[in-house]
Amino acid sequence: MAGIPHDHYEPKTGAEKWLNSRLPIVGLIYDTIMIPTPKNLNWWWIWGIVLAFCLALQIVTGIVLVMHYTPHVDMAFASVEHIMRNVNGGYMLRYLHANGASLFFVAVYIHIFRGLFYGSYKAPREITWIVGMLIYLCMMGTAFMGYVLPWGQMSFWGATVITGLFGAIPFVGEAIQTWLLGGPAVDNATLNRFFSLHYLLPFVIAALVIVHIWAFHTTGNNNPTGVEVRRGSKAEAEKDTLPFWPYFVIKDLVGLAIVLVIFWAIVGFMPNYLGHPDNYIEANALVTPAHIVPEWYFLPFYAILRAFTSEVWVVQIASFVTGGIIDAKFFGVLAMFGAILAMALAPWLDTSSVRSGKYRPMFKWWFYLLIIDFFALMWLGAMPAEEPYASFSLIASAYWFGYFFVILPILGVIEKPLPQPATIEEDFNAHYGTASDATPAE
Amino acid sequence: MFKKLAIGAAFALALAPVASHAAGGGEQHIEDFQFSFEGPFGTYDQNQLQRGLQVYTEVCAACHGLKYVPLRTLGDEGGIGWTDEQVRAYASETFSVYDPELEDDRPAIPTDHFPANTGAGAPDLSLMAKARAGFHGPYGTGVNQLVRGMGGPEYIFSILTGYEDPPACAPEEMDGYYNVAFAPGGYPDECKIFDDEGVEIGRKAPGSWISMAPPISDEQVEFADGHANDLHHMSADVSAFLMWAAEPKMMARKQAGLVGVIFLTILASMLYLTNKRLWAPHKGKKH
Repeated sequence: MAGIPHDHYEPKTGAEKWLNSRLPIVGLIYDTIMIPTPKNLNWWWIWGIVLAFCLALQIVTGIVLVMHYTPHVDMAFASVEHIMRNVNGGYMLRYLHANGASLFFVAVYIHIFRGLFYGSYKAPREITWIVGMLIYLCMMGTAFMGYVLPWGQMSFWGATVITGLFGAIPFVGEAIQTWLLGGPAVDNATLNRFFSLHYLLPFVIAALVIVHIWAFHTTGNNNPTGVEVRRGSKAEAEKDTLPFWPYFVIKDLVGLAIVLVIFWAIVGFMPNYLGHPDNYIEANALVTPAHIVPEWYFLPFYAILRAFTSEVWVVQIASFVTGGIIDAKFFGVLAMFGAILAMALAPWLDTSSVRSGKYRPMFKWWFYLLIIDFFALMWLGAMPAEEPYASFSLIASAYWFGYFFVILPILGVIEKPLPQPATIEEDFNAHYGTASDATPAE
Repeated sequence: MFKKLAIGAAFALALAPVASHAAGGGEQHIEDFQFSFEGPFGTYDQNQLQRGLQVYTEVCAACHGLKYVPLRTLGDEGGIGWTDEQVRAYASETFSVYDPELEDDRPAIPTDHFPANTGAGAPDLSLMAKARAGFHGPYGTGVNQLVRGMGGPEYIFSILTGYEDPPACAPEEMDGYYNVAFAPGGYPDECKIFDDEGVEIGRKAPGSWISMAPPISDEQVEFADGHANDLHHMSADVSAFLMWAAEPKMMARKQAGLVGVIFLTILASMLYLTNKRLWAPHKGKKH
């Protein structure tokens, strides 16, 4: 691929040449896995592999689960119990799939925050970042619809609440909600379309993942220093990089294996910890759960959704200016999607010319506060909508938007960055010493 | 950042033993009963499950169904562990099911499920031990479930043993029965504490009123082996049985978990060493 100069595949035998002149697939694979990768990548860079693994795990377990699942309101819940009790290894398949969704989101959040800290979203990697955000959106849609399929109480009421968000859109909201649900309320038509889309979206994600990889293989990986790989010549580039195979594949697999030890322990020993007990009660349109709580990975944005009540002055102003078209409910919906949009806009909101947070003394602290803010929102999303949680949610939501729309633009102007290393090689050698005075293996 | 996360986790774990908070508004007393099947190595006690099944059959089954549990699973390893003959005898002697081909009831056979029982409006118990969480703290995060477990069987145990005389503040004519472990039931305003604006800020007594009459009393069930049959023992036995009913593959799952963790740990160690060796030529000693 374009980008950092490196060796390309050369077909040698007649057969290789024959194939290569018709379909250069070997060359494509070779170039993809041999991509020169900054050798100073740290352990925060393993989560891409974990994410790829999660997608594969979810698709494989999901395809097998579908063989035993029945998408019908009268049979869905019982068919899940059939999987748990009668299908060989069914309980492991289902617990792997359910907890696999959680691992997927743990990985994607760490991956996103790694990008936010090291400035991976900055030019020239905006497309990688935007495609990543699209993947994240698809993941949320897939996870949400997947949670509806077991047809438990939280499935049903979660679907009711979330599709109700679309009902908040002025004028066309109700029509959109009815169209999404396939009827006036969550029912069999809803379950069927969610099942269909839950099966479809992972393949959309897979396609987007290819684009994501294509994009950063063109620009090259970011790295902890944010300093670009030298591209003047192959020899120069080789001082800053090592090929992805085997160096980073093996390193990433170390990380993946460690993550999987923890994941497997959760699946084996406490598979229901991240679920909600109410989802072991079959869906019942006549009984509303005491608290309708989304899955943990939606909680931060759920907290933002609920933070903007009609008592908040920005909501009142918005309502006044628009003549009541934007009410508190719609404002909350806009805020929730706005919170994700804010992340997507980071490449254009961040005015600093320095990529890596390592060399940004002020940015660092605001970033750490953003992490705390994220966990605070997650906790608040699980709390009942009452004081003092409502006020905390509002403050935490305000910081989320403040970070992207105020702090990032201003910091770039007022912050005095620390000196950055001239090259990746210099940074790597500062950590590990030069290869020449290395003690050889064995 | 790892350090920060570790501190956060340690902090959360340190808070874990703080008293649990009810999901349904009021306080509830959930006893942290120690069951044999807790923890990564915990297993079902086969004798206890069999006693629990007897309690279910003689007491609970009058009102509560177990419709997702196939009778044949009473013969499964890692559970009740009956022989085929025992399962067949139990099925036919205990339950009859409606057969649409005969257009009449017939004795149950192992391939039937436990009957659904909706007559008294009582909930099905197949998944009850997973459909309730006994522990929610600290501060509603549920982090204490990491050490105590979800608390489903503890919840059932606490309900069965939670019947007490109503608090003095309660009026005479309350519907149902006062239970200190039951949170979502009826609760009289007389026992609530209000602030000046009429907002509820606390309660004088835990629990609430449940519509189920105290189902078990001392010595209600006679065990063949003469095992203790007071309320506490029978409640623990039937709670354990209901955990099995909700999660019949638990022992196989934990074994798969243990084997997987061991193999993945070995794999991770070997990959770590491979990685170290692979990178060694490119890394020198620090200056």
